Amino acid sequence: MANLIVSMLLVVVAVICAARAIAAERILSSAIFLAAVSALTAVLLYMQGAYQVAAIELSVGAGLVTVLLVYAISVTGDEIQEAGSIVPRTLAGILAGVMVLGLVGLSLPLLVKGGVIVAAPLSGALWGQRVLDVWIQMVLIFAGVLGMLGLLTEGKPEMLQSRSRVVRAPSAGTLTGSAAAREEVRR
Amino acid sequence: MTLTPFNLMLMAVLGLLGVGFYGLLVTRNLIKVIVALQILVKGGMLALVLGGQAGGQATLGQSLAVTVIVADTMVAVVGLALAIQIRRRFGTLDLSALSTLRG
Repeated sequence: MANLIVSMLLVVVAVICAARAIAAERILSSAIFLAAVSALTAVLLYMQGAYQVAAIELSVGAGLVTVLLVYAISVTGDEIQEAGSIVPRTLAGILAGVMVLGLVGLSLPLLVKGGVIVAAPLSGALWGQRVLDVWIQMVLIFAGVLGMLGLLTEGKPEMLQSRSRVVRAPSAGTLTGSAAAREEVRR
Repeated sequence: MTLTPFNLMLMAVLGLLGVGFYGLLVTRNLIKVIVALQILVKGGMLALVLGGQAGGQATLGQSLAVTVIVADTMVAVVGLALAIQIRRRFGTLDLSALSTLRG
């Protein structure tokens, strides 16, 4: 019974935090509420017996993603969201409600039948049966890191172009490569 | 219908999916779009774990959930980097303003 009450509290607080993350005016508040949702989801996963998934969600979802969000907000500025939305809020609410009702219809057999919570070891399945998933995750991580490095680089296109072409200096001969770039910076 | 922890988790899945979908539809700020996407994916990840347990293949659902966490994190990383570049280039993160830009 106590387990049920704790689960109910966690579910209610997680959904409220998610709603607050969407409704908050400041982006930083949204990021903090998202971190709370991640942490609560990790606790729910732990209670489901998915211990490894809970640990990964807590470290990656509540930790890494929050740090990245705060960094992005510190760079772009904590803007206050203006009123109004691309899709009217009423229509969006109706669409979201229809989607939830459809999902309730799909999961009704499970709701009636109920399910059994099983604590299963993940490592055997992950390294024994789903090795391809692990390799794909490694490739994804490297691709993400490389993509982030490439996108965050503060390169100036005109500077990069000037390094590769030959320019003629006003007083003496021709300058190439880094000499041309230095000349441009000096100007 | 009896109220069990499993049913409560299903309700959490429905709530997170609904809130995330609504957020994706109404949000105009690029970073908040990523926040809404994260909420949506958390609902999907919980659904994978629950589906695995309901189908008798708990480890399969959990391994897929781990894959979803990694892929979602990479989406967030690249999305945030894009948001930073867009802010530097256009000076705004408002999607409605960005959609009217030319060049």
